[in-house]
Amino acid sequence: MKTTDTSSYHHFLKVVDCQQACPAHTPVPEYIRLIAEKRYTDAYMINWESNVFPGVLGRVCDRPCEPACRRVRVEEKPVAICRLKRVAADNKDDIYPYLPKVPTQKNGKRIALIGAGPASLTVARDLLPLGYDIVLFEQDMKAGGMMRSQIPAFRLPETVLDEELNYILNMGVEGHFGEEISSLKKLLQANFDAIFVGTGAPNGRWLEIPGHEQGCTNIETGISWLSSVTFGHTSSIPKRVVVLGGGNTAMDCCRTAKRLGAEQVTVLVRSSYDAMKASPWEKEDAKSEGIDIKPNYTPIEYVIKNDQFIGVRFAQVESVYDKFGKRTLQETGETLLVECDQVLVAVGQDTAFPWIERDIGLRFNKWQQPALNKATLQSSLEQVFFGGDAAFGPENIISAVANGHQAAISIDLFCQGKNTEDERPESGFNLVSQKMGIHDWSYQSSIDHQARNLVPHISWDEAVKSLNTEVELGFDEKLALEEAQRCLNCDVHTVFNESTCIECSACDDVCPMDCINFVDVGDTDQVENADAQHLLSQLRVKEINPDQELLVSAPLKTGHIMIKDEDVCLHCGLCAERCPTGAWDMKKLVIDNIGATIK
Amino acid sequence: MSFIKSKFHHPRIPTNDLGLNYRDYEGSLSTLCAGCGHDAITSAVVQACFELSVPPHQVAKMSGIGCSSKSPNYFLNKAHGFNSVHGRMPSVATGANMANRDLIYLGMSGDGDSASIGLGQFSHVVRRQLNMLYMVANNGVYGLTKGQLAATADKGVTNKAGELSLFTDIDLCIMALQLGATFVARSFSGDKKQLVPLIKAAISHQGFAYIDIISPCVTFNNHKDSTRSYDYVHEHITTAAIADFVPMKKEITSDCASGEGEDICLHDGSLMRIRKIQDDYQTTDPMQAIVDIAKYKKKGEILTGLFYLDPTATHYHEINNTCDMPLNQLTQDALCPGSRVLTGINNSFR
Repeated sequence: MKTTDTSSYHHFLKVVDCQQACPAHTPVPEYIRLIAEKRYTDAYMINWESNVFPGVLGRVCDRPCEPACRRVRVEEKPVAICRLKRVAADNKDDIYPYLPKVPTQKNGKRIALIGAGPASLTVARDLLPLGYDIVLFEQDMKAGGMMRSQIPAFRLPETVLDEELNYILNMGVEGHFGEEISSLKKLLQANFDAIFVGTGAPNGRWLEIPGHEQGCTNIETGISWLSSVTFGHTSSIPKRVVVLGGGNTAMDCCRTAKRLGAEQVTVLVRSSYDAMKASPWEKEDAKSEGIDIKPNYTPIEYVIKNDQFIGVRFAQVESVYDKFGKRTLQETGETLLVECDQVLVAVGQDTAFPWIERDIGLRFNKWQQPALNKATLQSSLEQVFFGGDAAFGPENIISAVANGHQAAISIDLFCQGKNTEDERPESGFNLVSQKMGIHDWSYQSSIDHQARNLVPHISWDEAVKSLNTEVELGFDEKLALEEAQRCLNCDVHTVFNESTCIECSACDDVCPMDCINFVDVGDTDQVENADAQHLLSQLRVKEINPDQELLVSAPLKTGHIMIKDEDVCLHCGLCAERCPTGAWDMKKLVIDNIGATIK
Repeated sequence: MSFIKSKFHHPRIPTNDLGLNYRDYEGSLSTLCAGCGHDAITSAVVQACFELSVPPHQVAKMSGIGCSSKSPNYFLNKAHGFNSVHGRMPSVATGANMANRDLIYLGMSGDGDSASIGLGQFSHVVRRQLNMLYMVANNGVYGLTKGQLAATADKGVTNKAGELSLFTDIDLCIMALQLGATFVARSFSGDKKQLVPLIKAAISHQGFAYIDIISPCVTFNNHKDSTRSYDYVHEHITTAAIADFVPMKKEITSDCASGEGEDICLHDGSLMRIRKIQDDYQTTDPMQAIVDIAKYKKKGEILTGLFYLDPTATHYHEINNTCDMPLNQLTQDALCPGSRVLTGINNSFR
């Protein structure tokens, strides 16, 4: 066992579960505290700095932060982090005065961005204030990428999206909309110092089962259909619709179909309901809108009779898991014919690089993905960088944003002639004591035991009538302030100082969660040489969570060491309040250059 | 400000035979000074009662006046309690014990409460062999009145204000041994591995049990000239023997059967297990224990652990031959059997 290295931020960042889980490492507890103080603009700017699209992500983020939230480990539900982010966006004032200034004197470097999705726009936002010229190419007439084409307006209103895109576009992006790049070779010959590819995963996957060829007029991929609805090319749909697939695209398809007037919308998915890829809240919303979701059916045939499209035949399956958790689908023998007039296939999507010539030195791997350095996102052509879905296949918006930060750092280094891997900037950090008095902290240290608040929405009957009316209303101020109190302030760390500890045991006595332990190291005076089993067997709660950190001190005066299990620490500060010598203090983690922490 | 401890608890803490976890044995959040040894004693009492699966409502917490006597408020908030006059806890405990012999009596006192104003009371409750656990949180100063030297402060030490201790100190363990206590131990608030088993054993002991607990006063007696400071005690503590209580139904686990243990069988078949840290130590001879305590003290060391245990002890109710049913449960008929019985009694004197 090793004494924890507290000379860098890594241990502390891992303890802030939500921030660690966020691909862009958004300082979640910090902005929730600002919301609790009604400082919405400040809360928004904290978000904007790290995740670039707070209004968008406050509605449609995949929320990796929420399952990570420590509250899940001490009660049932996480803090409604995503919905609080929206509160900051909904209630902020004019933020233009706070945006970074873009220098009029440029640095002479020109960067081409291909695709105007979240990854490219993040690169633009990070590089513009540094003096780069940014030239953006987008095949659609408007920016936004999949945020616009694949996410329906009833989940993400166009005004919210436009506002946040404009913050970046108005920083001085040279936009070329409706301009498709058909040859990277040609672009390489143009006068660009670096090129960033953020073209997403634009190809919806087909299901090539019998009947696929003949039925093609009745079959469409989900993402292309959603995009044609978004851009007004499609405004009606037949009465009976089958959606294949169980991800968020499938949920968007079925809910959109319902709004266009389909009377009978059925989603069929081969997995079980619980194992569906769609976010739980998307599934629930679809069901609330009267969508029939049938799990455990795998499509085997598009049924066509006398040149007439009849529907889709399914085999009923059962998910069987082996001891490694690997799933196989076993047919039960039952089949089901679902008659319909339109099939929307939402079973996945792929990247597409027909416009990248294979003879220009840009290497592709065996999955036909560009071979990239994971840390720098640089391709084998040193001036070409990738990010977002284009880099590693379909992920989500927040991962694309994180890639954008990473790539922007790489491009900046590359343009200065520096090594993109070895010379990456380090993030500085500080731990700031929150002590105000004997029992007084500058954060809300007492624990709120309330259950998670539900987000209000318009009535489900109303919801399915309009394509563009947002379903969720967001938290009002009262709910927002209540929900903000639930945050455990995990970024306010319990910091331990060996030299002042007198081992009075006040901290381990008072800790409500049994986190703090003083243990005997055995026959050695070195923590490194101590038997980990011997140390762990002395913990107050021996069954530790292997995914969580331990804070291990250096030996104390008596030779004992302090081990704090960070797993369920409430950050209530009682240990520090009970410490007579100040060996414990509650200190807030502040990281500068958050973008550089993304590895 | 946090005056409330969160009701959330670790999802994987154990429960005892009653289905309670240790948090169910807590009391209010302490208002003693941060780092007070008494809070560690509180925590040890909580742990011991939890491990013994004591039903909280079958405990009576008795105390007098002082920082130590505030402590019962911080453990077992579902137990009965009486916070009495300064130094008079033994009388009140005796009364309560007379009325209801079925409760477990936990007396919590301090060096002022027991070694000064209540010394007479202390002596007599030991003599009486009241069936209780009497704990003294011994810090050598009067913390509640800002650190004057207590009667248990070692002769020759100075307090925080520089006042020299001119008089011989009182050792309550030695007094308890002289006066016939049947379970006598000393421990340290900072060593729960020793203290918790001792409290468990003392609660299980049927007779008068006394534990003197060195409990540093972090505010007024934790300075470098003190012999009751955390640092001094950590450096000068020696353990003689520890007693643990092994319930009858519990299988003897490997760490108990290490060969160092000596088992004493109790009335109900459960075991009192004595683990000797020092080979030649005897827990059966009170006079030898007195000599040992004095011997170590002369060397500047603090001898802790179980000093003396008499498993065949009798207590006040047995000595007085009172009835098995608690007196407070006797009905009117039993207490006033009527004129016929009275006549019989009167006739026996004729």
